[in-house]
Amino acid sequence: MATKIGVVTFPGTLDDRDAARAVKLAGAEPVALWHADSNLHEVDAVVLPGGFSYGDYLRCGAIAAQAPVVKEIVRQASLGLPVLGICNGFQVLVEAHLLPGGLIRNERQHFICRDQKLRVENNQTAWTNQFAVGDVITIPLKNGEGGYIADQETLARLEGENLITFRYVDVNPNGSMNDIAGLRNQQGNVVGLMPHPEHAVEPGFGPDTSTAMRSGIDGLKFFSSAIAALVSA
Amino acid sequence: MPKIIVEVMPKADLLDPPGKAVANALHRQGHSRIENVRIGKRIELHYKDTPTQSDLDAAAKIAEDFLSNGVIEDVVKIWVEA
Repeated sequence: MATKIGVVTFPGTLDDRDAARAVKLAGAEPVALWHADSNLHEVDAVVLPGGFSYGDYLRCGAIAAQAPVVKEIVRQASLGLPVLGICNGFQVLVEAHLLPGGLIRNERQHFICRDQKLRVENNQTAWTNQFAVGDVITIPLKNGEGGYIADQETLARLEGENLITFRYVDVNPNGSMNDIAGLRNQQGNVVGLMPHPEHAVEPGFGPDTSTAMRSGIDGLKFFSSAIAALVSA
Repeated sequence: MPKIIVEVMPKADLLDPPGKAVANALHRQGHSRIENVRIGKRIELHYKDTPTQSDLDAAAKIAEDFLSNGVIEDVVKIWVEA
């Protein structure tokens, strides 16, 4: 039976279809999950996709973090459910306290949309196990509030316990502290990042590479990692 | 309508990009006496009748847990306005 990966839709979510498509291209079965429904339909993993849940009202991700589906995701994450938060989904994860710190408006106030290089800093997670530490990957980044911040004590802990999963390479696009692009939790089942792996999963539609235009599919490994983690579990 | 008002500000030591953008615009308008601008939020909680001390205590908890994010913001003031 195919691995089932849930993709949550909140009011204002944009990238749920792309995330579901990425799940499918990786070889799993996408399952649509609805913000108001706390039933996770027995999925094996969950993706919180990008967008502007609840119009970014109050703070990005703050209202989504209170949604019935997220309450259940938080509960099951503590039991080991793999959860990937992309962009607004990352913001939801920090607002739901599954990951520490916060995300604020980009340093230079611009909304940024670019193909972004990232360095894989940690592959001991449900979403990065198909990468090698030190791999440099390129996936699209598009956000207005992607500046990662945390107090010095939290930053020291993130560095010391090796919880930083991705760092920006060449350019730090949004003023994130310590060039942080993505984080994991202690157990490694929860990962959040600002850039969008689901937009780099199919040749012809991904970022440019040195071999061919739009041929980048570095994002696919996020989803195949989850499948590998679940199969070996 | 009786209300409890909550004021939330970005933490003092954090960059406040919207405040910075407004400050830049003010400087362009020639308001050279204004050093800096910081932008926060005023949130009104409306009640049917005058809020009690326990309403105020509940509002203080809501303000800390939900209306603000302690990583990036501070609740600077909460008060009742009848």
